[in-house]
Amino acid sequence: MCGFAGIFDRAVHGGISPPAELLRDMGHNIRHRGPDDEGIYSEQGFGCVHRRLSIIDLATGQQPMLSQDANLVLVFNGEIFNFVELREQLVTQGYQFTTQSDTEVILHLYQRDGLDFVSHLNGQFAIALWDKRIQQLLLIRDRVGICPLFYTIDQGQLVFGSEVKALKPALSNGLSLSAEALDQIFTFWAPVSPHTIFKNVFEVPPGHMMVVDRSTIKSIQYWEWSYDEDFSQASEEQSIGELHDLLVDATKIRLRSDVPVGVYLSGGLDSSSIVALIHKYGNVPLRTFSLNFDQGNFDEANFQQALVKKLGTEHSNIMVGADDIARAFEDTIYHTEAPILRTAPVPMGLLSGLVKDNNFKVVLTGEGADEVFGGYDIFKEAKVRRFWSRNPNSQWRPLLLKRLYPYLNLPSGNHNVYLKSFFGQALDSPDSVCFSHIPRWTTTAKAKTFFSDDLNSHLRNKAMDVLMESLPSKISSYDAFNRAQYIESKTLMSGYLLNSQGDRMLMKNSVEGRFPFLDHRLIEFASKLHPKTKMKGMNEKYVLKKVMSRYVPDEIIQRSKQPYRAPDVNTGLNTLAGEEFQYYLSDSMLGQSGFFSSGKVAMLQKKAEKGKPLSTSESQALTGILSTQIVYESFVKN
Amino acid sequence: MDEKKIALRKFVLENYLFTEDEGALKDDDSFLDNGILDSMGVLELISFLEEELSTSVEGDEVTPDNLDSINKVLAFIETRSH
Repeated sequence: MCGFAGIFDRAVHGGISPPAELLRDMGHNIRHRGPDDEGIYSEQGFGCVHRRLSIIDLATGQQPMLSQDANLVLVFNGEIFNFVELREQLVTQGYQFTTQSDTEVILHLYQRDGLDFVSHLNGQFAIALWDKRIQQLLLIRDRVGICPLFYTIDQGQLVFGSEVKALKPALSNGLSLSAEALDQIFTFWAPVSPHTIFKNVFEVPPGHMMVVDRSTIKSIQYWEWSYDEDFSQASEEQSIGELHDLLVDATKIRLRSDVPVGVYLSGGLDSSSIVALIHKYGNVPLRTFSLNFDQGNFDEANFQQALVKKLGTEHSNIMVGADDIARAFEDTIYHTEAPILRTAPVPMGLLSGLVKDNNFKVVLTGEGADEVFGGYDIFKEAKVRRFWSRNPNSQWRPLLLKRLYPYLNLPSGNHNVYLKSFFGQALDSPDSVCFSHIPRWTTTAKAKTFFSDDLNSHLRNKAMDVLMESLPSKISSYDAFNRAQYIESKTLMSGYLLNSQGDRMLMKNSVEGRFPFLDHRLIEFASKLHPKTKMKGMNEKYVLKKVMSRYVPDEIIQRSKQPYRAPDVNTGLNTLAGEEFQYYLSDSMLGQSGFFSSGKVAMLQKKAEKGKPLSTSESQALTGILSTQIVYESFVKN
Repeated sequence: MDEKKIALRKFVLENYLFTEDEGALKDDDSFLDNGILDSMGVLELISFLEEELSTSVEGDEVTPDNLDSINKVLAFIETRSH
């Protein structure tokens, strides 16, 4: 991965040439994304800067890259994994190459196919392509949102970049936070695309391209994560065979690199599958990296070790405790550029630090399998709740939820009442579009108790309304299971998992993540499967388990799903409730930002300091408030 | 009983509603219906009753009939004191 930024001055008479010094400052703010090289291009009306992390074609892959006639200027972040095949095809058709890079393939594809070129790309990418002849800028983002890309309009100039901090030097009035985006984050964990936490700063939505000229800005969706109403008629055996071949290929093409490639190993099915496939088909040395927690209930070391021993990988791990999370929290938020409600991104940033310390620049991970094949507990939970909704007075149906979440801290006595108070929400409307996610969002939204009156008074459009408006109308026709998958991929995956917990935590240490399960061919294949092939009874990712049973030990195939969780706010010193964060939660700082009620926050802090465990909602609130304050301090106040 | 009521109301207001505003909670407001208590909150309430108000709570007594509002909790405490 790399990083880039740029300016398109849309003034009718051509605009200014963006100064090299300004472009350099923009690139400097994201130098962690590309510490190996810097390239700058500027002409009247357009300028860009590229920061390079050299992974493919180390010798000649520098950017910005110009076409041979110098009419096209390209900056690109990411990887085109099928560039070898595309290049061969283009060479056969007479296109001449001067480099071995995937970047040059993009230029020639655009010359050949115009805007349609993007449909040929299999990869993860953010692209800015300036076509001088027609004075048009394309901003393009990969199908599922692995690579970030932001833009804003500032005094007639379109300013864009891989991270918002790259935009900042070019903004005439700095950045401010959006009350409505905060409301969305405190409901869904991420803003609803294309919004960001920053007012008037937008992301290019996944699967979209922005076509910008001097008079218009068009947003074109070139790919959509969608589901067919007619499911595949293939037999289970055929589906298993097809998935096997797709997964092997998706993994193999993601090993294309001119530097060594490592793998994240969590101990779950998904990462174990990738490790096992590389072992079998990769023809590269296996190098694995794991995260361990000193709190036993979060740790998966036994399963990690089982696979390390079986496959003989060279393995490194990092042990993380609540103190480490507290120490790394501020730096994490500088990189997420967004409030977070759980601490889970922090250990992921520490893990990429381990990868960097071992001189690796690229890791494959199992991210995406739970969204693509329906692995998360929330899908099972929705299934049980739907089953329960058919007989809401049943005494035993809600008890299935207790089996699903054995770690739920339920009081003894009448479980049902408490299960019903949480999971029973929306039980009377099981066909509503967001049925699956209502309990989660309601719990998260409790953190809004701490919003200040001033913030509440600025909320015009409620988070749920904004989300509902963003969903395609055809979602109502999806099967309930697919509907839940769609909502999960649109809210949590692209906005949070691939962003705050993914790209940002990898790139802060100049490490590129690659995600075989998010190969669009796999997504399209899985979208056609009958939901029962994905979750058979309560057996999640059934078809994937069938494929992987020949490569992955039984103990991993058969283990119950453990969601990735990190220790939350803890008691004692050096924690999110500790002294070092008093500054951000002080009356004066809360007053300056104006988002939270200082009286309520003081009571929450007092409760945390007393050493009693916080509830999920309270812990999310404290993490969310603290991270919002850090975003304000880092990007608005300074 | 008044002292216990004052202590109980203060506990619920400060720990779950994060306010000192007495008007934020009526004595008959349902803790569950109003989203004031979740499962962790109930455990905390039981600890408070046991540690601060010397009222032990058995497993089969953890029901909304006993613990779902200020008045219900006070009535429960009253029955335990006899």
